[in-house]
Amino acid sequence: MRKPLYGLMAEFATPDQLVHAAETAHHEGYRKMDAYSPLPIEELHHAMHIPNSPLPRFVLAGGILGCIGGFGLLYWISAIAYPLNVGGRPYNSWPAFIPITFETTVLLAGLTTLATLVFLCGFPMPYHPVFNVPRFKLASRDRFFLCIEAEDPKFDLKRTRQFLETLHPHEISEVET
Amino acid sequence: MEKVDTTAAPAVQTGPDPVVGPGHNYATVTDKIAAVPLEVGWPRFWIVGFTITFGIVMMFLATVAWLVLRGVGIWGINIPVGWGFDIINFVWWIGIGHAGTLISAILLLLKQQWRMSISRFAEAMTLFAVACAFMYPTFHTGRPWLAYWLLPYPNTMSMWPQPRSPLLWDVFAVSTYGTISLVFWYVGLIPDLATMRDKAKNKITQILYGMLALGWRGSARHWNHYEIASLVLAGMSTPLVLSVHTVVSFDFAVGLIPGWHATIFPPYFVAGAIYSGFAMVLTLAIPLRHWYKMQDFITMKHIDNMCKVMLATGLIVAYGYFMEAFMAWYSGNLWEMFMFKNRTTGPYGWAYWSLILFNVTIPQVLWSKKARANVPLVFVVSLVINIGMWLERFVIIVTSLHRDFLPSSWGMYYPTKYDWSMYIGTIGLFLCLMYVFVRLLPAISIFEVRTILPKPEKGGSH
Repeated sequence: MRKPLYGLMAEFATPDQLVHAAETAHHEGYRKMDAYSPLPIEELHHAMHIPNSPLPRFVLAGGILGCIGGFGLLYWISAIAYPLNVGGRPYNSWPAFIPITFETTVLLAGLTTLATLVFLCGFPMPYHPVFNVPRFKLASRDRFFLCIEAEDPKFDLKRTRQFLETLHPHEISEVET
Repeated sequence: MEKVDTTAAPAVQTGPDPVVGPGHNYATVTDKIAAVPLEVGWPRFWIVGFTITFGIVMMFLATVAWLVLRGVGIWGINIPVGWGFDIINFVWWIGIGHAGTLISAILLLLKQQWRMSISRFAEAMTLFAVACAFMYPTFHTGRPWLAYWLLPYPNTMSMWPQPRSPLLWDVFAVSTYGTISLVFWYVGLIPDLATMRDKAKNKITQILYGMLALGWRGSARHWNHYEIASLVLAGMSTPLVLSVHTVVSFDFAVGLIPGWHATIFPPYFVAGAIYSGFAMVLTLAIPLRHWYKMQDFITMKHIDNMCKVMLATGLIVAYGYFMEAFMAWYSGNLWEMFMFKNRTTGPYGWAYWSLILFNVTIPQVLWSKKARANVPLVFVVSLVINIGMWLERFVIIVTSLHRDFLPSSWGMYYPTKYDWSMYIGTIGLFLCLMYVFVRLLPAISIFEVRTILPKPEKGGSH
């Protein structure tokens, strides 16, 4: 028995062809699809109408948390938990707290960046159906791939294949799940 | 990173000094860089170099073992010079690390394409330099097994560290710097680890690289997140790297010792850090490109640009030396004036004048285009600057401490053989880690080099 299909994958030789293919596929009404490339291609985001990444908002939240948390810790140490009177100087000597507050801000924002990136990409993901295509290995070298997924309501094995052929790919392969 | 522009002309510079050698495309770049860990194997220079540096690491471990058994008394530090080689080397290593972050973060924000092929190993250099730097304050505590007392945590002694002290700022600055550098380096590695996974020849390497690559498949949606993550990390690392050496300089500037208590210290230290860091990048890049035949990726353009950065930062450092002299005179302060006189003509005068020779005089040869094109000469100049920047920290720390306010408490500082074996030991550790790094990971960022190549023609790149 044949395994259910994940999608149809077309291989291209240049970034321009991939951008063109993604644009046309989006125009045709395909939505459940993804493009794979060995380097970032800005036009692809526009062609596939990928929304802006929400990552910076998480990073901002992480940074604010680090800032308030860092300053709060220093304030709590110096004014509440372990107040030391040094020549009558104020316990909340905030200018002296700035360097560490800055460092904790960057630390938390940076760790949030990594965590958010891993989370948004769904990593770690050791298995993915696209790896079943033998030539997909080249997606990390010099080839460009467009995969239209079977979940897409417009997906029809025969018609989607015909559509992909109009884009003059190097090869079209069926992606098993 | 630069995005591929599908409408404009090829992004790569053409002409006599390209940033990537001629005739390369996505496939050749990938194959050539990935071959170093996957196919080149164990060349003789690697085995010889690794063996020697690993031997030095063993010497380092023996020194540290003796240090832990006997205490910091085996070093030459004592009153009045309580900060000897440990703090000199700490500042030296931290400074070296700064070039890696500068190349990967600041030059990324400035869209400098030539950074692409040197950023990866410069960042690795940052990590290893921070690791070496970390050793010194840790062992200088005398009881390194209690070094965690530096961190604020609830404890049975009900005591907390002093947040008004620059030494605690240092703990946070250096540990944040180390952590964020590691995150930045790892995020930059992910797409290349996927390349290594896909090119691996056997199952074990495939699984190992595959686990590290987290399942990266070059999806457009992932690149979308990835690009903004890199940019955000670069944006954070830029002020971070400036803050780290600023805080290191506060260790001195916040103190009242003549020669330390100066407002010029933060910018002067940051410029010095970048100066020594670029010198170390050149010291490493020149043999690397020669041994692994990477002249196509680390071109004369890179060497030329790095020489120019050294020239610029070297002049800032020279201005710092001049200002120190000027302020000593202009302040009218007896102790500041004596400090400067003692620094230049006292018992450590030789160190001051060698530092001026190494950091200010000799690097001026880089004004000449011919000199910048002479690779062996550039290599020698980079070594000279490394030594010069080490002498700078020696001069700042030792000459200020050994004769401060009271002549009755003057003294001399002599490093012992353990000071030297620990210093040479960290150099061995640093180089040994670099050997391991170039053997296991792509030393040049493959996907970033792809982005600066000319776009392939239709149907090409087979």
